Amino acid sequence: MCGIVGLLLKNKSMRPRLGELMVPMLIGMTERGPDSSGMAVFGEPVMNSHRKVSLYCGDAGFNWRHLEGALLEFLGDAQFEVKANHCIVTSTAKPDEVRAWVGRHHPSVHVLSVGRSIDLYKDVGLPSEVAARYAFKNFSGSHLVGHTRMATESAVTPQNAHPYTAGEDWCLVHNGSLANPNSIRRMLEKRGIRFESDCDTEGACRYLHWRLDMGETLETALEHAFEDFDGFFTLLMGTEDKLALVRDPFACKPAVVAETDDYVAIASEFHSLAHLPGVKHANIFEPKPSEVYSWSVQ
Amino acid sequence: MVSSVKAVKGAVVFDLASQPLRDLNQFLHGDLQGIKGVTVENPDGAHSIAVGMNAAVQVDINGHAGYYAAGMNQHASVVVHGNAGPGCAENMMSGRVEVKGFASGGAGASAHGGLLVIQGDAGLRCGISLKGGNIVVGGDVGSFSAFMAQAGTMVICGDAGDGLGDSLYEAVLYVRGEVKSLGADARFEPMGDTDIATVKQLLADAGLSHKASEFKRIASAKTLYHWNADSKQTY
Repeated sequence: MCGIVGLLLKNKSMRPRLGELMVPMLIGMTERGPDSSGMAVFGEPVMNSHRKVSLYCGDAGFNWRHLEGALLEFLGDAQFEVKANHCIVTSTAKPDEVRAWVGRHHPSVHVLSVGRSIDLYKDVGLPSEVAARYAFKNFSGSHLVGHTRMATESAVTPQNAHPYTAGEDWCLVHNGSLANPNSIRRMLEKRGIRFESDCDTEGACRYLHWRLDMGETLETALEHAFEDFDGFFTLLMGTEDKLALVRDPFACKPAVVAETDDYVAIASEFHSLAHLPGVKHANIFEPKPSEVYSWSVQ
Repeated sequence: MVSSVKAVKGAVVFDLASQPLRDLNQFLHGDLQGIKGVTVENPDGAHSIAVGMNAAVQVDINGHAGYYAAGMNQHASVVVHGNAGPGCAENMMSGRVEVKGFASGGAGASAHGGLLVIQGDAGLRCGISLKGGNIVVGGDVGSFSAFMAQAGTMVICGDAGDGLGDSLYEAVLYVRGEVKSLGADARFEPMGDTDIATVKQLLADAGLSHKASEFKRIASAKTLYHWNADSKQTY
């Protein structure tokens, strides 16, 4: 079991409150996923010449100042934003260069996300603990994708927590389980795509990104996924300007959507939406199986 | 002990924003003599509201309920003034459960008796393994509804998804709208006078005003009742 949450603010004046609105949504899904949780937040994009890289280290005592100094020397220019075990590096460097440097000099540090809009946080612990550790309530932005995990098929580790990312400004969270993640993985590895964990969800994330990267629309990529994914899934995906939601043909895993003039909110259960302003008058519905739902930032 | 029970205009009110769900359910499982109605405020999607009722009282849930609302109901009349999560009224034995909005998957699953009314749509697997209860859905039902339904009746005022009535036993289904596909061994049959009377009665019980003659009957062709050794390859 796992919990998913998503929020897209149509009303721009609410964007400074994105985190404050989201934290009760995430904590509301604690019973569905008490072992780990994570959040991808999409904010105002940095300049086209820049990229943001979210880094994570499992060691709470990790010396980020040391990394900052050395990475600054390597890159020439960069901004750093450190929160607990997490650091966002913004620079004009190619993300792969940052990734390679981190891998060479700090193998215990992992790259969680890359993009112009996305910041990504994920860690083990109760959703309330993870939210407090990284001050989720202070997040601002246009939309986000969050997850609470109850591991069923791979270990409880920060790497196996969701959201997963691939490429730039793309993330995915999953409630369910895939029966053929290794077939998907082998198929993608043959095409040179590298995996970083043994979680089934990473297969789904990299599969869809692989198809998007080939120029397919999200709708077409998901049509292929219905053929190629064997298992149960409610998937919530985020791009720099969009949230997308899909349930497997048997709708094995729940989802409910509440839409008002101000926002679109998605959760595994209504319980996580009950506190949202104006939810009593929202258009509330359950997404139908095999249908692709998407909402764009205006 | 229940921490605090408020009585407003003769009805007992539980506010789940400030009172634990367990207090509500313990109260509902206690001696309800002299209690006519119980109102639940701010349900906010909590699970298992009013499960295991065993008294002829009215329970009004003012908002959206989570999983298993009014499960195993006996005698009580439970109204969800909102939507219900998965497993609403599952294994109901008697009484009446009404959902004013939509109900998620597995509504009325294996209900032995009573009446479940869903004014909006029902999700997948509505009435799965129905064992004698009656279900009226004002809107559509999702795929695999009434799978292996053994006894009882379903009245579906809207459309039905895939695999309706797969492996039906003696339960009978009535559908007003389109059926995307029938399940194995389910078939359309002509409506007789008894069917018209049954649908008319259930629509009246649900407070719906459709014409009974607009419904089609679906029942088991009974080809799966006995093992057919000649076609074992198809099992």
